[in-house]
Amino acid sequence: MLKEGNIRIPSGCAISGIIDRSGAVFSGQIIADSIATMHDRSNGLGGGFAAYGIYPEFKEHYAFHMFYDNTKSKQETEELLKANFVIAYEDKIPTRKTESIKNAPLIYRYFALPKLEVLNANEITDEDFVVKFIFNVNKNVNGAYIFSSGKNMGVFKAVGYPEDVAEFYKLETYNGYMWTAHGRFPTNTPGWWGGAHPFNLLNISVVHNGELSSYDTNRKYLEEFGYSCTLQTDTEVAAYIFDLLLRRHNLPVSLAAKVVASPLWNQVERMSLKEKELYHSLKMIYSKALLNGPFSLIVTYDNGFIAINDRIKLRPLTAASHGDVIYVASEESAIRQVCKNPDRVWIPKGGEPVIAEMDQQNVSEIFNKKEVTA
Amino acid sequence: MSLNYLTPEFKVLRDYDKCINCKVCMRQCANEVHSYDEDLGKMVADDYKCVNCQRCVVMCPTHALTIVKHPQVFRENANWTYDAIRDIYRQAETGGVLLSAMGNDRPYPIYWDKMVINASQVTNPSIDPLREPMELKIFIGRKPDKIELDENLNVKTKMPPQLTLNYPIMFSAMSYGSISYNAHASLARAAKELGIYYNTGEGGLHKDFRKYGPNTIVQVASGRFGVDREYLKTAAAVEIKIGQGAKPGIGGHLPGEKVSEDISETRMIPVGSDAISPAPHHDIYSIEDLSQLIYSLKEATDYKKPVGVKIAAVNNVAAIASGIARAGADYIAIDGFRGGTGAAPKRIRDNVGIPIEFAIASVDSRLRSEGIRHTISLIAAGSIRSSADIVKAIALGADAVYIGSAALIALGCHMCQQCYTGKCNWGIATQDPNLVKRLNPEIGYKRLVNLITAWGHEIQEMLGGMGINDIESLKGNRLMLRGIGMTQKELDVLGILAAGE
Repeated sequence: MLKEGNIRIPSGCAISGIIDRSGAVFSGQIIADSIATMHDRSNGLGGGFAAYGIYPEFKEHYAFHMFYDNTKSKQETEELLKANFVIAYEDKIPTRKTESIKNAPLIYRYFALPKLEVLNANEITDEDFVVKFIFNVNKNVNGAYIFSSGKNMGVFKAVGYPEDVAEFYKLETYNGYMWTAHGRFPTNTPGWWGGAHPFNLLNISVVHNGELSSYDTNRKYLEEFGYSCTLQTDTEVAAYIFDLLLRRHNLPVSLAAKVVASPLWNQVERMSLKEKELYHSLKMIYSKALLNGPFSLIVTYDNGFIAINDRIKLRPLTAASHGDVIYVASEESAIRQVCKNPDRVWIPKGGEPVIAEMDQQNVSEIFNKKEVTA
Repeated sequence: MSLNYLTPEFKVLRDYDKCINCKVCMRQCANEVHSYDEDLGKMVADDYKCVNCQRCVVMCPTHALTIVKHPQVFRENANWTYDAIRDIYRQAETGGVLLSAMGNDRPYPIYWDKMVINASQVTNPSIDPLREPMELKIFIGRKPDKIELDENLNVKTKMPPQLTLNYPIMFSAMSYGSISYNAHASLARAAKELGIYYNTGEGGLHKDFRKYGPNTIVQVASGRFGVDREYLKTAAAVEIKIGQGAKPGIGGHLPGEKVSEDISETRMIPVGSDAISPAPHHDIYSIEDLSQLIYSLKEATDYKKPVGVKIAAVNNVAAIASGIARAGADYIAIDGFRGGTGAAPKRIRDNVGIPIEFAIASVDSRLRSEGIRHTISLIAAGSIRSSADIVKAIALGADAVYIGSAALIALGCHMCQQCYTGKCNWGIATQDPNLVKRLNPEIGYKRLVNLITAWGHEIQEMLGGMGINDIESLKGNRLMLRGIGMTQKELDVLGILAAGE
């Protein structure tokens, strides 16, 4: 049987995300409790977490989290790493023996910065260099996989139920200002750790519940911009699209939302002249970046997250706020579990983003009134 | 003059119990098959002249007529077929090149029919287009790499000119001359009604149809017929015709007898003179020459209109398409070897070129691998027979399709493949005023509107089944296709998996 990455496997899921916009950090236990409530939405074949603000002592360094199948792939990768990066610190990621987590690969992390002479020789920015490096390792080093590469953040994932994954990685010992979690229900039994969510590239990570009918269209579009989709997962494609829109094309998050879940033409026709021009151009230029098919997803980036549904809301997503803390989850129960009395609970419409950022006063719902209603 | 060895291809069967000697068949047949025999007191038919256009069958008020394949056979021979033998008789008699019309009718594999389409079950809900929005609108033209905005979200990116299509379907180039005034009138009016485009072909734009300019693509072909400032100004887009799927590498020839007063004015040539389109454009002997013509036309239209290039699908089509994209074209139309024509040498029609399915797949792959696919639109042509063919073409990588034969069939064409005789009994491929008036554009345009509307519904149903609600998400989405009964190599060229994989 083909391993995941060589074959495309659809899956259903549970997702949850929490941010404290004041920047106050909180333990991973909270997000673990939230996602555990939705146990039945996953089937034990993948769980994971993304944590922001957990490495303040190395916040300028790229934190690479690695899976190795064996020591040979570790050696090979470390050679590449040391040739291109200055490593400030490295260790085995702490784990505890957990009954239901089996067949763990070697799991290491490195806090590193690209060598200046290498950057100068390549004449590219350090971010572009790191992306190239990640693609190179994941594609060409057999048995090695970089599953987290941002700064002051980290992804922790495994094959198992999310609450077991949290226990395995001792997530209660980490403190971050923003967390997302994922429980997976793949329709197959690949059992590959890299296939679990969140999917990460630099500081962007994605947890995703859904199946992209537009997968092949999106993938081919991304390949034109130099991305190589090695995992054959919808989530990888969603992550790269956000990377393209946010990092490389400098679109504001609110507009990136309007690319992946674009307004319908008959809505665009009713807009003001200025908006019409904007959305006409967006829809035409990024028509192949539209994520089509059922999804709810949470994209986390430097200073916040965006949670969004497909434009006809074919998957569940609920949001809530309590003081500075914003919650989003597949089900309201997952929010109530960790926040008994939220100030406000709402169900975003299809294509209507929930954007929660550190430096903003309010959760913004851009162009709310013109949203697609299912 | 030697004996004509040919026997009739078709046999006219008349039910004399039903025939009332009304002579409708006689008046309807431009080939003069039917006549009234005064001595016998009944209608008779000359099978030799019958082309099986079925005009008489449809018009007969008592349904007394049936046309069948003539039972006369040669001794069975798998090698020396009926056509092979008869073609030799014809050429031995005339010494000429064999003429044919419409598309390649040989039994090559039809790859559309070896591909099946995906649908959602469980993991991904299918979408009901009657309840949910389902978008078919597309744009033909160059797209910028990215959008540039100022701090107030004003768009700084200048969008290149685009054609806006309500359906991913356009009417293929068919010149006034090859088809009739009423056929053009039907196509133009239907295009306007549907919010799509029709293509004038290389025969110029009749002054009566200038009012349809916003829905008109005008062609600039090697003969340059009818090309002037007004022509370019009136159109929504300009298309340089390099080749045609039915006759790659071959020019065109409209015989002088078809160049009436009206056609002479539209084509800007003298009445009765032959209209010759040379095989190559005599100012395009290389890709850089093509680029010059593209930019000449863009200059002439103030960079406000898309300029496309139409080529026939040939062996090296992917590299040629890449060159055309880099030469500055806004779209490429690729015409497969089954594409129709009003007249083509039979050997060319039946043997030159490649199937559109392969051409689209390899062009799309090539442009993607070069990172320039999103900068140009791709139109597939050359025998699109149904909405399913369109869905498959778009999934393989096309942005839209051109339909020619299908549109003519909607107007009444019965595929008798005799367009070059000018005796089209359906009033389509003829300039004979008595025949032309049989095609009523009032009815014709409605039939075309019906066809495209019906196909639109079917495309929406198939999209919804796949869990897609915007045709854009089908483009190049080859995972939605699976192949049946193909070799691994064929699957690889098409870039699709086998059914069950």
